[in-house]
Amino acid sequence: MSIFLDEKTPVIIQGYTGKIGTFHAQEMIDYGTNVVGGVTPGKGGDTHLGLPVFNTVKEAVEATGAKASAVFVPPPFAADAIMEAAEAGIQFCVCVTDGIPTQDMMRVKRYMRSFMKDERMCLTGPNCAGTISPGKAMMGIMPGHIYIKGNVGLIGRSGTLGYEAASQLKAKGIGISTSVGIGGDPINGSGFKDHLERFEQDPDTDLIIMIGEIGGPQEAAGAEYARDHMKKPVLAYIAGLTAPKGRTMGHAGAIVTTVGESAAEKVEILREAGVGIILRPSEFGAEVEAALAKL
Amino acid sequence: MDIHEYQAKTLLAEYGMPIAQGGLAYSPEQAVYRAKEIGGDVWVVKAQIHSGARGKAGGVKVCTSEDEVLAAANDMLGKRMVTNQTGPNGKLVYRLYVEAGTAIDREIYLAFVLDRATERVMCVASSAGGIDIEETDPEDIIRIPVEPAIGMQDFQARQVAFALKLGSGQISEAVKAIKAAYRAFRDLNATMVEINPLVVTQAGRIVALDAKMGFDDNALFKHTNVSELRDKSQEDTREMNAADRGLSYVGLDGNIGCIINGAGLAMATMDMIKHVGGEPANFLDIGGGASPERVAKAFNLVLSDNNVDAILVNIFAGINRCDWVAEGVIQAMTKLDVKVPVIVRLSGTNVEKGRQILKDSDVNLITADTLAEAAEKSVAAAKSIADPKS
Repeated sequence: MSIFLDEKTPVIIQGYTGKIGTFHAQEMIDYGTNVVGGVTPGKGGDTHLGLPVFNTVKEAVEATGAKASAVFVPPPFAADAIMEAAEAGIQFCVCVTDGIPTQDMMRVKRYMRSFMKDERMCLTGPNCAGTISPGKAMMGIMPGHIYIKGNVGLIGRSGTLGYEAASQLKAKGIGISTSVGIGGDPINGSGFKDHLERFEQDPDTDLIIMIGEIGGPQEAAGAEYARDHMKKPVLAYIAGLTAPKGRTMGHAGAIVTTVGESAAEKVEILREAGVGIILRPSEFGAEVEAALAKL
Repeated sequence: MDIHEYQAKTLLAEYGMPIAQGGLAYSPEQAVYRAKEIGGDVWVVKAQIHSGARGKAGGVKVCTSEDEVLAAANDMLGKRMVTNQTGPNGKLVYRLYVEAGTAIDREIYLAFVLDRATERVMCVASSAGGIDIEETDPEDIIRIPVEPAIGMQDFQARQVAFALKLGSGQISEAVKAIKAAYRAFRDLNATMVEINPLVVTQAGRIVALDAKMGFDDNALFKHTNVSELRDKSQEDTREMNAADRGLSYVGLDGNIGCIINGAGLAMATMDMIKHVGGEPANFLDIGGGASPERVAKAFNLVLSDNNVDAILVNIFAGINRCDWVAEGVIQAMTKLDVKVPVIVRLSGTNVEKGRQILKDSDVNLITADTLAEAAEKSVAAAKSIADPKS
């Protein structure tokens, strides 16, 4: 098993016929993802990459039974696209778009919470690389070949740093059940805590790695959840030890503005909660190998 | 994006925030003219720079004669003002704001910020005004989250006003000011509105004495009236050049230049440099693409920092291929005549091919296979440049 996504999950692409949407849809199809169609308003009825195009997400869900959606819509329109997916009954949404206004995301979050819990979509991102269940399916922009199938769950804010970790694991022959990108924005759809909860329930995941960074309260929330509710071991790396206070380090959300947001403070919070700390980003492979040996 | 005090006041006044009468001056003579225009016998001359804590740096002067206004303006204009927020280079003062003096009874702190924990806009206030909010006892800080779908309600603004222990005569005026700040925050996609201090005058009126606003760069496309307020003279030249080229750069004090794709990997690489005894000179995310053009721009940018003794290039090629990135690095280095050692570490798609291209090239560079090796080689190379005898 894996979380969110396997080879059967029917997936649609929003922003399907655009240049970026087309490129990554093809990559997803080539990886084995069950892409069933896409949405581009005004192009409904067309066929693209051999699959049907719809005007609305609702039509796409009705016609294809889609359960998941990958959003490749430009920043000014992305919040609207996410809300459309939430309303249409999509269960899992990956939003890759970087540059969505923060207040747009605040509205998206309020809108999503207006649904009953069992009808509420889970959003990952925006500004994330995507989610992959290696050997099964991939939604997003990540290079599939760097991941191998296995028993480690991965949750990360950064794309390329997640790739670095996955590659180090692969070099040791360690595989991944699912890797979830939660994105680098100040307000994102879901955080470490949400996915730790899912990995704890997933019988095929034995250990979870959190890859965090400076800024925001989500690593601390994850630490608290791991301490109070998890039996599986959790390891964490926090990027940004050298980041100065008050400066945005690339990701809109990577900025230390208040107490508890620096890398050093987060490491301390995680350590106190019993989470294993990976101090050096060169040690993902070795640390995970050692932790797995203890299981 | 940040704006100046006078710009923030103009925007806030449009939403109903009470401000003192004032005017902008680019020269000492103009400052005197503004004082005459305003009238009265007390003026405040304020340096317009993108920084708080201007008072302590000599950027705010209370004047009681036109001669004093002239002297204050002469003193400030053309200076690079250094505050505890500007860094050692300070910021250039070339605009002044001359304002009517206000007889202050009490100072209050009022701000709206984005709160990531509640995912709402948070009203933050304190009856201890004119202070550094970060150093204020949390018990003295009032925090009221605003539901974004509903907006700030009168009762919430009243809660703030009463908690600030304002007199009954000032409540309705304070509610108006608080709601004005909220509406400006919401309508203009601000990330921060800070009025520090908001004062009660001796005449019992509420006035915003200082104002600071920051905006969500991702939402500037919605507000041309805000984006045109950008003052490039207040931004770090290198960071601004980087931003204009679609790169994300933050200058630091170390001597190892960094060229990396992805913000997380960039921070991790800098951490790795630190772990093995070095200091990064910069954060630089060239984005996922890592095209030859971007790599070349990145080299130019990093080399414009004279402190750089070595450059570490760390690229994870995902959708791109390492062989293509390797060609790009070689092209850039051939064109640019780089005089400091360059350490290149590639990983991801087609990594063997990429490494081979680097090894076979005539360009003088050091290759590394792992993150740790790359950091160690960079630190060693930088040391050999900085101190050739060792």
